[in-house]
Amino acid sequence: MQFLERNLPKIMLAPSFLAVLIFVYGFIAWTGWVSLTRSRLLPRYDIEGFIQYERLFDSPRWDTAFGNLFLFGALFIGISMILGLVLAIFLDQNIRAEGAIRTIYLYPMALSMIVTGTAWKWILNPGLGLEAMVRRWGFEDFRFDWLVNSDMAIYTIVLAAIWQSSGFVMALFLAGLRSVDGEIIKAAQIDGIPTWRIYSAIIIPSMAPIFLSAFIVLAHLAIKSFDLVIALTGGGPGFATDLPATYMFSMAFSRGDIGQAASSAMVMMGVVFAIVVPYLYSELRAKND
Amino acid sequence: MTKSVLAVSALALCVAGAAHAGPEAEVLHWWTSGGEAKSVAVLQEEFAANGGTWTDMPVAGGGGDAAMQALRARVLSGNAPTAVQLKGPAIQEWYEEGVLADITAVAEAEGWADVLPASIAGHMQCDGTWCAAPVNVHRVDWIWANADVLEANGIAMPTTWEEFNAAAAQLQEAGIIPLAHGGQAWQDATVFEAVALGILGADGFRKAFVELDEETLTSPEMVAVFDQMRTMRGFVDPNFPGRDWNLATAMVMNGEAAFQIMGDWAKGEFLAAGKTPGEDFLCASTPGEGFLYNVDSFAMFAVDGEDKQEGQALLAELIVGENFQEVFNLNKGSIPARTDVALDAFDSCALLSAADMSASSESGSLLPSYAHGMALRGAQSGAITDVVTQHFNSDMSSEEAVQQLAAAVANSL
Repeated sequence: MQFLERNLPKIMLAPSFLAVLIFVYGFIAWTGWVSLTRSRLLPRYDIEGFIQYERLFDSPRWDTAFGNLFLFGALFIGISMILGLVLAIFLDQNIRAEGAIRTIYLYPMALSMIVTGTAWKWILNPGLGLEAMVRRWGFEDFRFDWLVNSDMAIYTIVLAAIWQSSGFVMALFLAGLRSVDGEIIKAAQIDGIPTWRIYSAIIIPSMAPIFLSAFIVLAHLAIKSFDLVIALTGGGPGFATDLPATYMFSMAFSRGDIGQAASSAMVMMGVVFAIVVPYLYSELRAKND
Repeated sequence: MTKSVLAVSALALCVAGAAHAGPEAEVLHWWTSGGEAKSVAVLQEEFAANGGTWTDMPVAGGGGDAAMQALRARVLSGNAPTAVQLKGPAIQEWYEEGVLADITAVAEAEGWADVLPASIAGHMQCDGTWCAAPVNVHRVDWIWANADVLEANGIAMPTTWEEFNAAAAQLQEAGIIPLAHGGQAWQDATVFEAVALGILGADGFRKAFVELDEETLTSPEMVAVFDQMRTMRGFVDPNFPGRDWNLATAMVMNGEAAFQIMGDWAKGEFLAAGKTPGEDFLCASTPGEGFLYNVDSFAMFAVDGEDKQEGQALLAELIVGENFQEVFNLNKGSIPARTDVALDAFDSCALLSAADMSASSESGSLLPSYAHGMALRGAQSGAITDVVTQHFNSDMSSEEAVQQLAAAVANSL
């Protein structure tokens, strides 16, 4: 009985621990192994060295996909945060109908990425959406063909992703703004400090943890982006809007090249670790101090 | 009382069913859309009429990607389906994994070698034994046209690419989209291989896309193929990226566009809209000699148990049987794989296709389609398609495309 009492938490945790050990870390190790083989249609287990990684970094399509990840990630995270913050500050000015406006901005988050992608595909289609509409108003030379232009198509994905997520970032920041101690703000107002200084010197610095959480949420959205690309551009024109996730999917499931898919998955995991590990490290250190 | 009688008789039926194990087959396929589902139902009925029990396993989605995923899981767990819709080199790939059955007995009893064109029969054989049964032959190198549009502009079906370019320029002048095209990688590849067949010729095409001969891949003729692709890029409307092929077919149908280069599944769209070949729309092979085929087939997987093996043999016999070949292909818009089926019920496009197939088979220009996974394995054909679609959708020069083509092929081996 005493044994049970002492070990109950461990017994309760054991199944989920075991499951995570096998299904997360075990499969990571398996993928790592397969990425070192010449697996094609079915996995094989004879290690051949880093041949798949050499092929991966020789492939222009992977170059595009990997470059797109950073371009898309930087723009998406940066603009979503700035836009979210600006919207939150505007909403924080005790305006009328705040609840309704907040809901409207937050609403895109309720849609799945597939819906967002399909809707924006129609909006941005030159023959159907925005361009056709403005032309019908009489501006015959109006051009907005980013969706079908292989140099610009990646920005349409940024656009749709920002539309989807900035309302959510706004809600995060709004909560942060509201949590700042009102007394400090009143004291600053009595001292005659202008509003913009109150925001830039007092409120925003005190919201640092919110910035971090917003960054982490947006970063993982960016890295695992898949459905938005599939719905909006299908990776096209050509493969101009491929991301690592879509690259991996097509290698594994339509090309029968499991080795390539595994090596690209390992590289993606490396990127995630590069972002998450410093974060975990700083969190854990803060707790230990 | 009646209830219990019913229950007992139902039980008796079950027992009887279990005792008499007839031929059984579990069939994995992705023919799930309207016309295709109807076609496969024909086979299902015929199988049942011969006393077999058919277990249908349709997996829709992703042009077969989802089905391949299901197949992989089934094979890895040691429980493969009896027959799987597979085609081209994929059959050989699965054979190398050691999971296919040998149906040589059926093939020899039915004399398949005599009724199938040699190059198509080659796909159905694994190291000399038969391991798959062909269902149909789709021709890929078709050019479709709106008859009224061509007549109104005084244009004949082009027989060379120069004629095509001239006709397209004239149509563009007249405000008609010359080429209806959907900017999806496989559609870019479909147009590309039709152009390549025309410019490289049958031997050049075989060297480039079957044997992956580097000299041919980097030859000046290949540069000319990409040059023609660049020219064709000017003949599509600006709105083409991402368009589905059937929407492009609809553009030809309603006269918005004049031509489309697409396999003969496009004919199904025309026929479904009530159009008549030769009157409302025209069909012709794309400029140049040769015939690019896309053959659907069922690969037979190794299964345990006499009833299943019996089912497999029956299925193979029925698939290549004359009746199924005729009925199925009338539904699907393709032509029978066996050459001795009476073609009275088929339309003029199918007759042209069948005649060209026989002629090409004799002259050695009956070639597998690379764009539809008949000529090369997934990794290689994918690498080529990447370059083709990248070139078509950017301002890459033809010389650069050719270099990238050779590099991509080498990288994918």
